[in-house]
Amino acid sequence: MAEIRVENLHKAFGEFIAVRESNFTVGDGEFFVMLGPSGCGKTTTLRMIAGLELPTSGRILLGGEDVTFNRAAARDIAFVFQLFALYPHMNVCRNIGFPLKCAGMSHSEIRERVEETARFLRIDHLLDQPVSRLAGGDRQRVALGRAIVRRPMAFLMDEPLGTLDTEFRDMMVRELRELHLRIRATTVYVTHDQLEAMAMADKIAVMSRGVIEQFGTPQEIYDRPASMFVADFIGSPPMNFLHFRSGLEKGRSAVRVNGAEVAVPTIREDRADGDLALGVRPEHIAFDDASKLRGSVFGAEYLGTTQIVTVNTEHGQVKARLSADVTVTPGEVVGLKLRSDRLSLFDKSSGRAVRTALYEEAAHG
Amino acid sequence: MAEIVLNGTTKRFRDVVALDNVDLKVEDGEFFVLLGPTGAGKTTTLRVIAGLEHPEEGSVRIAGRDVTRVPPAGRDVTFVFQQYSLYPHLSVFDNLAFPLRSPARRVDETEIKRRVDGVAEMLRIGGKLKNRATQLSGGEMQRVAIGRALVRRPAVYLMDEPLSSLDAKLRAELRLELKRIQQDLGATILYVTHDQTEAMTMATRIGVISAGNLIQVGTPRQIYGEPRNVYVATRLGQPAINLIPAGAIPGVLAAGTTTVGARTEHLRIARARNGGANGRVDWIEHLGDQNHLHVTVGGHKLVTLADPSSDLARGDEVSLALVNPLCFDASGNRVGAP
Repeated sequence: MAEIRVENLHKAFGEFIAVRESNFTVGDGEFFVMLGPSGCGKTTTLRMIAGLELPTSGRILLGGEDVTFNRAAARDIAFVFQLFALYPHMNVCRNIGFPLKCAGMSHSEIRERVEETARFLRIDHLLDQPVSRLAGGDRQRVALGRAIVRRPMAFLMDEPLGTLDTEFRDMMVRELRELHLRIRATTVYVTHDQLEAMAMADKIAVMSRGVIEQFGTPQEIYDRPASMFVADFIGSPPMNFLHFRSGLEKGRSAVRVNGAEVAVPTIREDRADGDLALGVRPEHIAFDDASKLRGSVFGAEYLGTTQIVTVNTEHGQVKARLSADVTVTPGEVVGLKLRSDRLSLFDKSSGRAVRTALYEEAAHG
Repeated sequence: MAEIVLNGTTKRFRDVVALDNVDLKVEDGEFFVLLGPTGAGKTTTLRVIAGLEHPEEGSVRIAGRDVTRVPPAGRDVTFVFQQYSLYPHLSVFDNLAFPLRSPARRVDETEIKRRVDGVAEMLRIGGKLKNRATQLSGGEMQRVAIGRALVRRPAVYLMDEPLSSLDAKLRAELRLELKRIQQDLGATILYVTHDQTEAMTMATRIGVISAGNLIQVGTPRQIYGEPRNVYVATRLGQPAINLIPAGAIPGVLAAGTTTVGARTEHLRIARARNGGANGRVDWIEHLGDQNHLHVTVGGHKLVTLADPSSDLARGDEVSLALVNPLCFDASGNRVGAP
């Protein structure tokens, strides 16, 4: 297993810049997720690491060795496309052993490695079965087995769960994560699904238009989004924005959102009057009649234990996650209380987060 | 009156019983969601109502009329499929107008324009009417597919997982819109899905179906709060309901309980003081939407929603107690369920 280091990686297709001066390091044994909407450059980055695409400039180091211009086959990497693709005419044993056979390994050695891999995935009792007779979860395990049997230095996965239905996907997310904890293989995983990223990643890079907007642990990215793009991309429903205009004063711990005073983490920079957005996660909103921040209920979505209540305010529409016990009626006017220590502030002209006490915790560790 | 009634409907495919003597009534103006896993008989139910399959036994009534022997075109229903199948060579407008231009309907062009514009407005694709269908994003294409069903104003709408091919964000958006449109039109919709969130957020009533049998019908709150049996209880809820043997956690249970079903709201978890602990926090899982608290109690692993304001952390000793949990008997039925 090995560290993957990407330095000033740049890729242009003619005029179009797919990846712009990208820098990151995937630690040995880390599960790293590149997350972003389609066209953000995540798959291009992955293909450059795999050697399926050559960069315009920059370097890629695998386990300390510069592999930037090595052929794909010369990089010790396993690329997993669609986990589901199996050879239908082969049994489980042959499916898993296929990459080793291609590599010219001896029959007895293949058998040994396949059995070891199958035990690891708890499918050793299925080795002689045809794959067509397997249940969905077992098929997925066979496909995984085929990827890990080679014991490469790193795994690259491009939306491997993209086509599965939600229930099955949740199960596979758990399984992939568990497998990772057992084998600790360096993994680069590309997805547009923030739930997959949050549930599996050690580190996430959120990408937009060829640029890494934020690099960090799932928790950092969720709690302290560096930009409005990240705040909006992460979370379900995503972070809410209350739009207002104001200046900011270093050392203050409150802002005036169009007349209502809202406590926020201590502000660490002075700013002239400008358009701002106050960012609040749905679970950090409560109803409170005493609050001056008011809005009218648009609708509620029942989810069992909780519900998502949509409220229209003069600063924008917000969605609050509340207990399902709270009774709400459309049209009803409510006061919104925000959890002050968890709020973010954004400069709307640049989209970047304003430095506050909350964001300083991140910088210090 | 546009209700749908199935009476003793049975559909077999060779040895497989796809629908087993199903009685179902979808009321006029209702958003009825059939929820079940792959192969439960959801799509077969829709196809039987649409007339694409013929039941071996029982009847199908739509708007008070027995249509069991009526061909699909005579049933006044529209079907929205999972995969939006638009005409790629036609504009959005012509795609929407297509069902109205059928020779059998003979709607005049001014009326067609009025209806298409109205539907496009409702679905927020009014600005795209001149586009080719292929120049749309996935979400817009699916809106056009739904729109094509809406222009006809049939007695009932049948929808087969229409949102499942969309990404999560778009799905959440269209969920709200579809519900709003259904309420605005007062339409009768029978909607089929395996996605519990869609069922919970949109349905007037949910029918839980498994292996061709309708297990329970009720409002989302009834299905979630008063499931008939363990199967229904495990179909709904994220994280899934915890099933533990009676007596593993202190709490008052109904007589005859062998298994306790405990969701987040059925568990009181507090940091243990002075040795009152019966459990320990394993870890807190940070997901994209909420956090799950994993706790072990007497060898049983439980998962609940973490209270956003809680400061519990891995390794903390906690005391757990049950608060009005769901009680199931030895055969898996809820004690006290009708």
